[in-house]
Amino acid sequence: MARRIYITGTGIISCLGKNLRENLTALLASRSGIGRIHYIETLLKDELLVGEVPLSKEELFVLAGIAPAEGYSRNTLLGIIAAREAAVHGKLLENRDLKTGLISATTVGGMDQCELYYSDFLANDTRNAYIDSYDCADSTEKIAVELGISDYITTISTACSSAANALMLGARMIRAGRLDRVLAGGCESLTKFHLNGFNALKILDKEPCKPFDQRRAGINLGEGAAYLVLESEESIIKTGNQPLSELVGWGNACEAFHQTASSPDGVGAYLAMKKALEVSGFQPGDIDYINAHGTGTDNNDLSEGKAIEKLFEGRIPHISSTKPFTGHTTSAAGSTEAILSVLCLQHQVIWPNLNFEVPMEELHFSPVKTRITDQPVNVVMSNSFGFGGNDTSLIFKKY
Amino acid sequence: MSFINGIGLISPQKTLDPSEFLPEVMEYTVDYLKCIEPVYRNYIDPIQSRRMSRLIKMGITSARICMTDSGCAMPDAIITGTGLGSVEDTEKILGEITKEEKFLNPTPFIQSTYNTISSQVAIQLKCHNYNSTYVHRTFSFESGLIDAMLQMEEGMASDILVGGIDEMTMNHLRIMRRIGQWKMEPVNNLKILETYTSGALSGEGSSFFLISNKRIPASYAKLSDVRTFFNLNGSFDADKILPGFLSGHGLTTEDIDLVILGLNGDCDYDPVYTRFAGQFFPGKAQGWYKHLCGEYHTATGFGVYTAANILKHQRYPEILHLNHIIPSRLKNILIYNQFRDVNHSLMLVQGL
Repeated sequence: MARRIYITGTGIISCLGKNLRENLTALLASRSGIGRIHYIETLLKDELLVGEVPLSKEELFVLAGIAPAEGYSRNTLLGIIAAREAAVHGKLLENRDLKTGLISATTVGGMDQCELYYSDFLANDTRNAYIDSYDCADSTEKIAVELGISDYITTISTACSSAANALMLGARMIRAGRLDRVLAGGCESLTKFHLNGFNALKILDKEPCKPFDQRRAGINLGEGAAYLVLESEESIIKTGNQPLSELVGWGNACEAFHQTASSPDGVGAYLAMKKALEVSGFQPGDIDYINAHGTGTDNNDLSEGKAIEKLFEGRIPHISSTKPFTGHTTSAAGSTEAILSVLCLQHQVIWPNLNFEVPMEELHFSPVKTRITDQPVNVVMSNSFGFGGNDTSLIFKKY
Repeated sequence: MSFINGIGLISPQKTLDPSEFLPEVMEYTVDYLKCIEPVYRNYIDPIQSRRMSRLIKMGITSARICMTDSGCAMPDAIITGTGLGSVEDTEKILGEITKEEKFLNPTPFIQSTYNTISSQVAIQLKCHNYNSTYVHRTFSFESGLIDAMLQMEEGMASDILVGGIDEMTMNHLRIMRRIGQWKMEPVNNLKILETYTSGALSGEGSSFFLISNKRIPASYAKLSDVRTFFNLNGSFDADKILPGFLSGHGLTTEDIDLVILGLNGDCDYDPVYTRFAGQFFPGKAQGWYKHLCGEYHTATGFGVYTAANILKHQRYPEILHLNHIIPSRLKNILIYNQFRDVNHSLMLVQGL
C-alpha cells in the first residue's frame, strides 16, 4: 500500500490578502484582487492590471517578523510570510526529530532588487548585499534558516508549473520514505523583468483577464507565495495534526512543442492529467472540479480546454480558473491554486471563473460562472502549465 | 540500481569526444575558464540555433553527445540543474530595462527562463516524458540526480537524462568578484592551490549523463548514492553523516579507494576539504578536478565525469592527483563538494 500524503498546513499571501483567512474571505465574497500597480516602479504602471500584494516592503518586513535588513528581496519576504503561516499551522516548528524538507519554487528570485541595483552591481560596491540574493536559491535558503529546516532543501524552476512540481516532488519523497514531512510551494514577486518580458510576448490583457472566454486577451500577472505542509501517516501520528485533505495524484509531462506556446491539441496537458489520474487511482468521472491553469491567453485556454475535452470525453467536471482572483502568480501559481483547491474540499465550494461571459467557439464547455455551494466536492484536480511546455497536474481528495 | 550509461560534457578541457578521457590537459592563465565549444552546426540545425544563446547551444549539444554515447533513443525523463540559467540572456534584459524599460525582443526573456534547456532538449528529442529543472546553487545538479534515482526507485523510469549547466560572463564575473566569490586577477588554472588568495577560479560547463537502471556493455560505472546537506547551524556533522552514508552501501572509509574533492583555490574554504580528507581519508588517494573546469554551481558534473571515466578506463590520470598516493584498485569513489561550508554534497560512484 502506497503511503498516503496528508496536507496539514497551509499558508498564503496574495493580492487577495496577507494570510489564509483574508484569502478565503475574498474568495467567498467573489472579490478579485486585480488592480493597478502601486509598489513596483515601472513605466508599465498605468498600462497594466496586476494582482499585487497590497503591502510595501517595509510592511512585508514587519509581517515576516524580520528586522529590515539589506539583502532581502520582496520575493523572499513573501516566501517567509506564507511559509511561516503554513509551518505554524502544520506544527512544523515542533517534533524536530521528524525528517523535514523544504522544496520551494521560484523563477524571478531576487530579480526585483537586482533590476533596481544592476547598474550599481556593475559600477560600484554600494549594493553588494543584494548581489547574492538575486538567484533562485536565496529565498529558499532564507526560509529554511527562518524555520530551521535542513534535512532536505532544494529549489525548482520550471516557470509557471514550478510550485506544482515542488508539491509533486514533496509527495514523492514522502511516499518513498525519504522524508516524513515537507514544506512545499513557491514564491514570486512582480518584477519589471517579467512584466516587460510577458509584455514583449504580447500575452498580457490590459483589462481584467477572462479565462475560457471568447473575448480573452491574455494574462494579468500576479505575485505572492503559498506553501503547504505535506505529511506521512507516521508523521501525523507524532504531530497530532488533523489532515485538511490528501494529495493523491500527480503527473508531469512535456509538450516538446515550442518554448512558450502550447500545442493546439494540448498533448502535454492531456498526458499530465492522465498520469495524475493513474497515480491517484481515480477515473475521470471521479473528478468533481478542475482548478484549471486558465491563464486567459488565446493559446493556453484552447490547448487546455481541448485536452480536458479529450480526457473527460463528454463528462466534463466543473471547471474554473481562479486567476481572475489572484492574477497569474507564475512560479507560485501551482501552490496558490493547490491551497484554493484544498479550500474547495474543506468548505465544499467551487470557485467561480470571474469575468466569464462568452463561451469559446472551439470548446463544448463553459467554466463555472458563479460560486457553487450545493454540490459535494470530493476530488479536485489542479493544473499548472509553464513555458517549455512543462505541464503538471495534481489531484486532491477530501479528508 | 543506477548506472551511468552515457556522458556528454562541454568544458574548458578537451572533453567533447566521450570515447577519450582527458587526452590533453589545457592550461590557461585567465579570469575564468571558458568552455571549448564544438561546431554547433554538427549538432543543431543552424536555422534553429541562430537565435539560441550560448548556454542553450552548449546544453543541447552536450545532451545530444550524451544520448549518442549511451545508445538510448528516448529518455523516460529529462532533468537539468543550473545555478544561474542563461546569464547572457538575463544580462541582455537587465541592460535594456535599466536603461529605458522597453524591450521588444522577447527571445532573451524566453531563454532566460531556467527550464529552457530541459525543454529545448525535449523538443529536439520529441520527448513528452517527465521534465524538470533544479535551480539551487551547488545543489542544482545533485537535486536532479536525486530526482532521477527516486524515479528509478519508484519504477517510473529506466533511462533518465540528467544535466548540469552553467556559464560565466565577464560582467557576471565582475559582479561576483565584489562579494569575494572569484579571484581578483587572472591566474594559472593548474596553479590555483599556490595562490593562497580568497575566491575561487571561476569556470563553466555543461554536462549530461544518461542514468539507467539497466547495465549495458558500455556502462561507465554505478551511481550508487547522491545526497545533499544544508549546513544549518552545524547540522552537517561529517563525523555522524559520513559513516551512515557509507554504511548504507556496506562500506566504511577504509573501502573508499579514492576521494575526489572540490578544492577550487579559495584559501577561505579549501581548508574544509583538507580537514575532511585529513580526518577521514588519511593515507588514501585524494583527487581533485576544479583546476580543470573552474568553480561553478554545477561543477560536480565534471566531478562525476572524472569518477565515471576513472572507473571505466581503470586509469587515474596524474593531473587529478592531489596527494601522492596511488590507489591499489579503482572501485569505490567518493565525491565530496561544498559551497561556502553551507551546501555540502556526497556522491558515491562505484565500478561495475
